[in-house]
Parts: sequence; structure tokens; C-alpha cells
Amino acid sequence: MSALLIAIVFWVAAWGANIWLSNSRWSETIPVRIAVPVLFGVTLLVLWEGTVRSLGVSPVILPPPSMVGATFAASLEVLWIDFVQTVVKGAFRGFAIGAAAAFICAVLIDRSAFLTRGLLPIGNFFAALPIVGIAPIMVNWFGFDWQSKAAVVVVMVFFPILVNTVEGLRASDTLQRDLMRTYAASYGHTLLKLRLPAAMPFIFNGLKVATTLALIGAIVAEYFGSPTRGMGFRISTGVGSLSIDLVWAEIAVAAMVGTSIFGLMAWIERRVTFWHPSHRNR
Amino acid sequence: MRSIFPVISVLLVIVGLWWVAVAPMNVRPALDMAERSGAEVIPEGPVARRDVSVWRLMLDNSDYVAVGYALDRPRLPTPTQVGQELWKTTGAMVMKGRAWSKRSLIYHGWITLQSTLWGFLLGTSLGIIGAVAIVYSRTAQLSLLPWAIISQTIPIVAIAPMIIVLSSQVGVEGRGLPKAIISAYLCYFPVLVGMVKGLKAPETSQLDLLKTYDATGVQSFLKLRLPASLPFLFTSLKVGIAAALVGTIVGELPTGAISGLGARILIGDQFGTPLAIWSALFTAAVLAGLLVTLIDLIQRLSLRRMGGQA
Repeated sequence: MSALLIAIVFWVAAWGANIWLSNSRWSETIPVRIAVPVLFGVTLLVLWEGTVRSLGVSPVILPPPSMVGATFAASLEVLWIDFVQTVVKGAFRGFAIGAAAAFICAVLIDRSAFLTRGLLPIGNFFAALPIVGIAPIMVNWFGFDWQSKAAVVVVMVFFPILVNTVEGLRASDTLQRDLMRTYAASYGHTLLKLRLPAAMPFIFNGLKVATTLALIGAIVAEYFGSPTRGMGFRISTGVGSLSIDLVWAEIAVAAMVGTSIFGLMAWIERRVTFWHPSHRNR
Repeated sequence: MRSIFPVISVLLVIVGLWWVAVAPMNVRPALDMAERSGAEVIPEGPVARRDVSVWRLMLDNSDYVAVGYALDRPRLPTPTQVGQELWKTTGAMVMKGRAWSKRSLIYHGWITLQSTLWGFLLGTSLGIIGAVAIVYSRTAQLSLLPWAIISQTIPIVAIAPMIIVLSSQVGVEGRGLPKAIISAYLCYFPVLVGMVKGLKAPETSQLDLLKTYDATGVQSFLKLRLPASLPFLFTSLKVGIAAALVGTIVGELPTGAISGLGARILIGDQFGTPLAIWSALFTAAVLAGLLVTLIDLIQRLSLRRMGGQA
């Protein structure tokens, strides 16, 4: 029982520390803003470890985090191969193709008011659909390797980016566009200097949503057939062969990849849309 | 309303493109079938045809392109084939009084809908509770909000098989609960973010006014913050219910479920019946449309009763 006791004591202590920190006069400083959530996450891990150990939960059902960490360190090579197969080959390529296609389509659609009115509701509807379901069809069309995964990702990321870009292109107001007209700016000039920059916050919203979707698409598509590597393949076979610690290690990789791509997007966004009110005064 | 005409014409163009695409997609299996039934095909044999482009094949064998529109197991079914399959597994079964048969998509749609609604309920309550905690406690804001964002960058599908293994080990029968957990995971986040925004929407002067009335915290929550957050809540509920449906279908896909729309897709894949996959996909789309429309309707009604402009 002692492990559980230690975990609970740690929990209470961390909770108290967090309350104290967040109500202290340093609560607006950056170290505290990082320390509080980190402490919260560590507490969850400690509670998990303590519960699993003291209650004697079989590692086949739920391995403690320390065991997952050990497996992670021991199977770096496998994890790297899976990462390359799923993320670099499947998700990245699909994301790049899908995002580029959606962007180009959005700029073209935007030239016609008719198309915008017709496609925006349809795009919104498609963006809400469970598109992951097309994974088996794509595996059937494009084979087992990364091409089919990339195809699923293309379709999944296309609609959110399309809808957001089209909406973003309409974000500049009439006054600003009239000003461009008084400068005798051409369509291309207005697009480049005014409307695309004004659309950037919207575009990045779409891109951020799409990063998560890309990973989901690439992993799910592997459940329907893949070469003998890849994160989805490892997870589905790992659950079957009861090597649950390896599955959790893959989940940890997926979490790290997802978070860091999202963080990267947010960082680029802040560089590109530095003028936006939500990024001022930082 | 004025966008109905553009929407319909865009839809017609999409269906038209789909129809045209069937020919190149299906020309190879169609030629294989024509050859097996004794027809002359150029070039002979599926192996020789593998190196020839589909356009060349369609030019050389223009008589057999039509075969591709009536295959039993097409690579890309025609819109009519999908429509017929949909009718066969929904309307026609209702007419025969077998709406709840295991072959009916109404039955599978109902299974999926149940999990979706439970997950939606769970996720929405979690999101609202989390939002209240974040608005009222600085500790919760600092420690919860970053993790809520991080949780959404973790591809839930990676965890879906684990949740199902875990819950069956813990002794939960059936797949209803694990699927609901997965859909709650996907749907709580938009609700949380929307509610935080909504609960913070009242201006300081409004909050101050309530203070001059000597209103308690509960009163100012019930009479000011909650009503002010409703428009935000409904907007995020629409996103949330669509996400909940995605979650349920993802929960059914990789885990060997036997009922539910995701399971129909899985089974259609395993038995090589593309029509089953396509009709399940379309049912899921219809379901998503119905759910979002329903929330939209509730939003309009309730906001109108509250005197807003809906």
C-alpha cells in the first residue's frame, strides 16, 4: 500500500504547491506558467504509477509509466522506423499535398462569388464528416504502403483548410479593399499585399486543426493494411500480442509528435501574424 | 436561402465528376470480367494490361467501358449503385418490417447514434465543468488549460484499442462505454474552449452591477454568466456533436466491433464488399447532417426565446 500512500501524499503536496504558486505574486511570470502545468502532469504520472504498483495491476492490462519509459528507451530503433513510416512518409506528405491543394482551390474558388456560396456550405459539411471511414477504400486503391496513408490524410486535411482559407480571404473589409483600388492595385497585388495576410489567422486555424487530423488519418489507415512497420501497425499488433508497454511507448511518440507539430505551427503563426491583436503585447 | 441554387449546382457537378470517374477507376476489373466471359480485349490478359494506362485501355476497348458501371464489387461504385444499396439496407428493410435486422443500416446507425449521444453527453458535461473550474479558479486555469490543448494533439485513435482492452479487462461488458469515452475525448475540447469564452463574455460593468445588487457568486453565475455563454455554447455544441460522431466511428473501426456504422465499414473491407463501405459512409454523413441540424434548430429556438437575434 505504501506506493499508493506516497502517490497520494505527492498529489496533495503538488496540489497545494500549485494553488500557492498560481495565487502568488509571481503567477504571471513565465516560470510559474510552465511549472504549474508540468507539476499537474507529473502528478498524474505519479498517481498512475502508485495505483498500478500498489494494486498489483498486471502490466498486460496497464503498465506503470516507469515500465513504459524503460520500453521506450529499449526500443528506440523500432519506434524510429515506425515514426519514419507513419509520420514522415504518410502524414507529412499527405499534409503537404492536401494543404497545397486546399490552398490553391480556395484562391481559385474565391474569384467566383457563385462558387464561394455553393462550396462553402458543402465544405463545412464535409469538414464535419467522419472522413476516416474512407481509409479502407484508399488502402484498396493505393496499396499497402505509404501512398494510401497519404491519400487518406489528403482528403482529411483538405476541407478544414479549404473552408478556413476561403473564409479568411473574405476577412479584409470593404474599406481596405477600396483603399487598394485607389492605389490602382491589380487583383494579384491586392491578393498578395492585403487579402492573404489578412487571411493568415484563419489559414493557421485550419492548419492547426489539420495537423491532428493528419496523424489520425495516417494511423487509422494502417489498421487496414500496411507493411510490417508503422505506428498504427505496431499498435494494432501490440494490442493483439499483449505487448502493451510497446503500445504505450507508441502512444507517447504520437503524443510528442502531435504536440511538437502543433507547437511548431503555433510558433510559425506568431511569426507570420505578429500584427494580429491576439499576439500584441507579448 | 439565396445560396441554395449554387449549392445544388455544385452538388450536381460533384455527382457528375464522380460518375465520369467511375469509367477509368473500374476499367481494369471490367475488362478482366469481359475477358473471362469470352470477349475480345486489347491487349489480352490482365498482366499485359497492367502496363497500359487506363486511358489507352478505355480507347481501345470502348465497348466494354459500360461494364464498369455495373460491377458487383467495383473499385468505385456509381452514385446509383450506392443509392440502391442505401435503399436496400434502409427503406426496403423498413417496408419488409425488418428495420432492426442485423443487415439493416438503421440498426447499425442506431448503435452508433447511442454511443455518440452518450459520448456527447459525457464530453459536454466534462467540458462545461472544466470551463467553470477554469473561469473561477486560477489554479485550474494554469494547470488544466495547457493539458486540454495537448490532449487534442494526441491522436486519440492510437489510444482507442487500449481503451477497449482496458475496459474489457476491468469488467465492462460490451463496447458502448469505451466508444462513448473515445467520442467524449474528441468532443469535450470544443465545448470547453467555447464555454470558457462564453463565461468570460460578460463585461466588467455588468459584473459590477450585479455586485451592487449584492448578488452572490451563484446568482451572478446563473443570471449573468450562464445566459451570456449560451450562444458560444451552441456554436461549440455543433462542432462537438460532429466530433463525437467521428469519435464513435473511430472507436468502432480498429477494434473488431460487430455492430455500428464503423463496424460495417470494417466488415465491408474484410469481406471485399465496397458497396457496404460506401453505404455505411453515406449513412454516417446523413447522421452527422441530422445531428448538426438538430442542434442548430435548438439553438435558434432557445436564442429566440431569450430575445436574441437568431
